[in-house]
Amino acid sequence: MSGQDFTTEGGHGAVPLQGVPAAKPGHGSEREWPLYEVFVRGKRGLNHVHVGSLHAADDEMALRHARDVYTRRNEGVSVWVVQARHVAASSPDEKDPMFAPSGDKVYRHPTFYSIPDDVPHM
Amino acid sequence: MTTSDTATDAQLSALEARFEDTIARSERIEPRDWMPEGYRKTLVRQIAQHAHSEIIGMQPEGNWITRAPSLRRKAILLAKVQDEAGHGLYLYSAAETLGVSRGELTEMLIEGRQKYSSIFNYPTLSYADVGTIGWLVDGAAICNQVPLCRTSYGPYGRAMIRVCKEESFHQRQGYELLMTMMQGTEEQRAMVQESVNRFWWPALMMFGPPDEDSPNTAQSMAWGIKRNTNDDLRQRFVDMSVPQAEALGVTFPDPDLKWNAERGHHDFGEPDWDEFMQVVKGNGPCNAQRIAHRRTAHEDGAWVREAALAFADRQREAARA
Amino acid sequence: MSHLTPDPNVSAGSAYDGLLEHHEVAGDSSQWAFGTDFEDPLAGVDTTVPADVDPAALAAYCLMLGDDALVMSHRLSEWCSRAPDLEEDIALANTALDLLGQARLLLARAAAADPAVVPALPEGSPVPAEDALAFFREAGDFRNVRLAEVPNGDFAHTVVRLLLFSSVRLALLEQLASSRDPVLSAIAVKGVKELAYHRDYAGRWFLTLAQGTDESRRRLEAALRELWPLYPELLTTHPVEQSVAEAGVGVAPDSVASAVEVVLEQVLAVSEVDRPDGQPLAGVRGRTGRDGLHSEALSRMLAEMQVVARAHPTGRW
Repeated sequence: MSGQDFTTEGGHGAVPLQGVPAAKPGHGSEREWPLYEVFVRGKRGLNHVHVGSLHAADDEMALRHARDVYTRRNEGVSVWVVQARHVAASSPDEKDPMFAPSGDKVYRHPTFYSIPDDVPHM
Repeated sequence: MTTSDTATDAQLSALEARFEDTIARSERIEPRDWMPEGYRKTLVRQIAQHAHSEIIGMQPEGNWITRAPSLRRKAILLAKVQDEAGHGLYLYSAAETLGVSRGELTEMLIEGRQKYSSIFNYPTLSYADVGTIGWLVDGAAICNQVPLCRTSYGPYGRAMIRVCKEESFHQRQGYELLMTMMQGTEEQRAMVQESVNRFWWPALMMFGPPDEDSPNTAQSMAWGIKRNTNDDLRQRFVDMSVPQAEALGVTFPDPDLKWNAERGHHDFGEPDWDEFMQVVKGNGPCNAQRIAHRRTAHEDGAWVREAALAFADRQREAARA
Repeated sequence: MSHLTPDPNVSAGSAYDGLLEHHEVAGDSSQWAFGTDFEDPLAGVDTTVPADVDPAALAAYCLMLGDDALVMSHRLSEWCSRAPDLEEDIALANTALDLLGQARLLLARAAAADPAVVPALPEGSPVPAEDALAFFREAGDFRNVRLAEVPNGDFAHTVVRLLLFSSVRLALLEQLASSRDPVLSAIAVKGVKELAYHRDYAGRWFLTLAQGTDESRRRLEAALRELWPLYPELLTTHPVEQSVAEAGVGVAPDSVASAVEVVLEQVLAVSEVDRPDGQPLAGVRGRTGRDGLHSEALSRMLAEMQVVARAHPTGRW
């Protein structure tokens, strides 16, 4: 066993890690169905939330796959799908200029304003 | 991550410091964050092999779908094996956030370059095995998977939360099947005991070799990818299973299994690590069969996947015209 | 003995309990769109057989619809772990589970309408009626159409079979929703939603394979030619169907034939696939699936499906 490392946390346990290649990006031989991100509205009135991803050849198939994969337990009343490459995302390197400036705008929050306890309905 | 290509040493150490700091604060690493190459590789391997385990894990139980002895059990089993396809899909998606593709990982699996959990290289020989896999194999998986919900890599942790939420029925359906069979005929009780005898040792091996034989555990634990040692998890599993076996009315095939009041845990015998290594090396009872099954499905489906892409291309062209 | 171990008999004892509570980033469960609610399709439905309905005819009719669903579900379930991609594996299992659910309700209704249809089992056997019907009848007692039972071929074969099957069954269940039998009506109302999805799924794949690659079109046309002779049987009205239709309880398949044809012609037209000219598959002295006259494939399929149940006729599962 020496030299063989195993992780038990491969979910169902005991898979070797030593000597196993990690796969390099872009080395698959087949052209694949594109990746889609899936958003589900749990019930009326709630936001759509990101629940995961899937592969589909086109938008229509992606919607069907989202229904089959992510709403098997009555999870949703509405589904959005969008091709992963169409999601524009902020970069973590921009964290400070993007998000820090809103950190001190405490006056945007209701708790900033002190109102005497005996004023009703506030 | 591309920043690392041109980064100066000073920039690199700043990035590393930020990464270490994020881990230290038990916050999650997200896909677009900088991460050390070793961390990324370890994650890809672990998540991929976790996904492969789910997908290959469909086969041992799937073996009994067409022979399920009641319509209720058939529905339960089909839904369970279907969940495993879903869990594999969630996990491949998590790996894809690290820049690898599902197709590429599938090729690594069917070429035997990446592995999956050895437990699925054991055959299922009676319907009781469906119950035993739910109870012991999924029980062992619980010990592994629940801590993973807190793993340091965000997409992996989120996938695991969904997996665990859905898995909550898997172990229970297995135990309930065995409980029902134990209330059935003498033959059914014997079938349950025989199945438990066969799966007990492979289930213990699911936690991997003893800690002293797992040299890289420390790095994975420091990175927060791995959260408990093999031996800890194995002990937890044994302690959890013994009273469940008593309630069921079955025994485990281990003469050394007994409560140790001093340790506050059960003592138990040593699994056959030679057998374990043989199975890992590909000589298990079902290794070749499992990979061949997966390869056939993948290759037989190629023309369908290709047709859907061709159709989508055609639709797009028509829309442009 | 560790007393911290949850008692498996107590429902609160799941090892997964508190998963979210102990997870600092998980937040509340509404952020995850986990599912919760489930519906009993027969909740609040009056299950007494309407007084003026022939129970034997109702039972035979339920077996026909139930066996169609059971056998088709079985063939679809054989795809599990073999589909072209993980998403399709999950989709086919969903369809199989929908049909299995319909089969269970229909077989149970058959047994309730006329207990004489249920095979006799050893004294004290705990096997429920739906399972006695599924696992202890011989092939000759099954009333499904032969289209449902022929062995699986490639994915195109499954797409064509599902398109033909779900187009007819959807049309039948749409009419059956107004059955005078409240149970059949409730089953139909539930089934219509399921079948509508199955038909869309099959129709979309039919178009995709027809317009995909040369290879996919070749396979699709071959599957269509192979299965077409089995299609007319789905629209032929058996005397049992005629009698329950006259009683306002069931639906005569020939009454939905033109509606089904419109749908299929549309699918063929948009896919630019010619309607095959194959003749209907003959029966034996006019007997076909609805009469218990099947292809050789059914008894082989049942041998596999029934093997464990039959080995334990007094078993509990």
